[in-house]
Parts: sequence; C-alpha cells; structure tokens
Amino acid sequence: MRIIVNGESREVSNQLLSEILVECGYQQAHFATALNGVFIHRQQRESTRVMPGDRVEVVAPNAGG
Amino acid sequence: MTMLELYGKSFESRLLLGTARYPSPSKLAEAVQASNTEIVTLSLRREAGGSHAGEKFWNLIKSLDVTILPNTAGCYSAREAVTTAQMARELFQTDWIKLEVIGDSESLHPDTAGLVEAARILNAEEFKVFPYTTEDLVVAEKLLHAGCEVLMPWGAPIGTARGLSNEYGLRTLRSRFETIPVIIDAGIGLPSHAARAMEIGYDAVLLNTAVARAEDPARMAEAFAEGIRGGRSAYLAGPMQPSDMPQTSTSLANKADLRE
Repeated sequence: MRIIVNGESREVSNQLLSEILVECGYQQAHFATALNGVFIHRQQRESTRVMPGDRVEVVAPNAGG
Repeated sequence: MTMLELYGKSFESRLLLGTARYPSPSKLAEAVQASNTEIVTLSLRREAGGSHAGEKFWNLIKSLDVTILPNTAGCYSAREAVTTAQMARELFQTDWIKLEVIGDSESLHPDTAGLVEAARILNAEEFKVFPYTTEDLVVAEKLLHAGCEVLMPWGAPIGTARGLSNEYGLRTLRSRFETIPVIIDAGIGLPSHAARAMEIGYDAVLLNTAVARAEDPARMAEAFAEGIRGGRSAYLAGPMQPSDMPQTSTSLANKADLRE
C-alpha cells in the first residue's frame, strides 16, 4: 500500500507501524512517532495498523532554540 | 546569590541557551561550557530512515550534562504542539516542554489563544510547561490559570536581536506576577539586553541566535553569562531611581571660598 512517511509518498508491504518502521530503515532507538497527527507511544507501535494514505511522522532529537 | 527555581528544580545559572544555528557541534559544546548554562533547548525534526543524525546530536547533548528543555518550535496549532510535546516526552524522558504555538509566519508572533489551549491540555497531562508568550497580562493570567508555573514572554520577536522592545509592558508583567518565575525568551541580541532584563527583575533569559551567530560563540556565551550575573546583582542591590534634576555627587559643604 502507499502511505506518506515524513512527507514523502512510499510503497510499503507491511501494515503494522512497528514493521513499517523497520521496512523504512528505522532501527535505532532514538525516534518518536505520530500517525495522522496523533502521537503513537513506543509500546503502541506493534498494535497500530496503518491504512493506505495514512501519514506517518518519525522525528529525532535536533538543534532548537 | 539566590537560586533560580523552576518546577521544583534549582539552578545557579540564569541563562538558558538554545542549541540551533552554531557553526559546528564543537562550537555548540564550547558555547554551552563557556556560558555555564544548566538548561539547553532542543527540538524534534524528521529523521530519514537509516540516519543516525538525531542519535549523534543527542549523544553530544547528553555529554554536556545539562537539563533538557525540548521545544515545540514551528507548531501552528495547539494540536500540533501537544503531539510534539508528547513525542518529546518519550524521546527525551522529560516532562518539561517549551511551548511555542506560532500564529504568524512572518513576525513569528505567538498564537496566544492556541498557546493557552495547548497549555491547558499539557498541564492536564502533567507536563511542566514553559510557555513562549508576549507581555500581555491577560494571556499570562490565563496561562497561570491553565496550570503553568513559569512564564516566558518575548523580549522582541524571535531572531530580531532588538532587545526589550516594550520595556514598559515587560516591567508591568514583572510587577504583576512577582512570585512567578518569569524568563525573557527571544529577541535578545546583546549582553546589555540580557542585563537590562535582569536589572528590571526578570528571573532568567533564554537566547540562542545571539550566541550561535556571533563570530566567537563561546566568547559571546561568556559575555552573556557575565551580563546576566551583573544585571541580577544590580537588581538585588536595589538601583537608585532616575531623576529629572541633576544633583552633585560631591558635597558642597565646607567648600573653600576661592572667589577673587
């Protein structure tokens, strides 16, 4: 199915958020996620089903003022 | 010197420093060390799959042994800010959040209605909220009512380096909320601006670009630290009141009569 990951459209073969993250190369520990603008806790990723067209955001620590 | 108290934590330094826009990570680290700051601000940004940039940056910050204040910079709605805060809490393992809800993309003026709404939600979720606001007294009152225990009015709009653009308004805010920690956040360009904020009784100053974009960030960080310490001491010392009438400092009593 086609979803949006960090603003970019991409084809993924998995449905669970945890699996999609691995499929997209997110294997390190330091990131947080949101699905369609809603925070998804680390422990909820394995039970969160992603639907076609959904927006996944993956963020990490960055510089800020 | 009295300590700065923020949500039950005590700090010697009254300078909070941003981590953005430094020429290099090593310049950032040098500036943090030179400033003696104990609190730095961070943000959350998209990370590409397979990248370790965020982790690398996070390891640098952890090595500095400072308290982390994540921000919600760039959020234009209460909902966006709340989600960002929730992600920050998981990522940084802190319930502190510098709450920014921007209302105007050109002036970066805070959306104070959205700010109060987000503050209410985050306080209910037991965050420790540091709201980036204006000098508006009514908004400040609403933020406190929403559960905030700190206020962070701007000195001037973000990145303008104009100093305290409405000193009268900032003085009024300071005197209205005497027992609340109030921090000047944004718009500071020079150590004299920061010193002025401290002289009129502000508890601390948060700044970023004035240090990061200086030719020598570490030296500028040190200059800010000195300015803030001087301003604080002056406030505690009780400055004399200005007068329209000149007055000699040397007494005229017993002056010799030298007329010809």
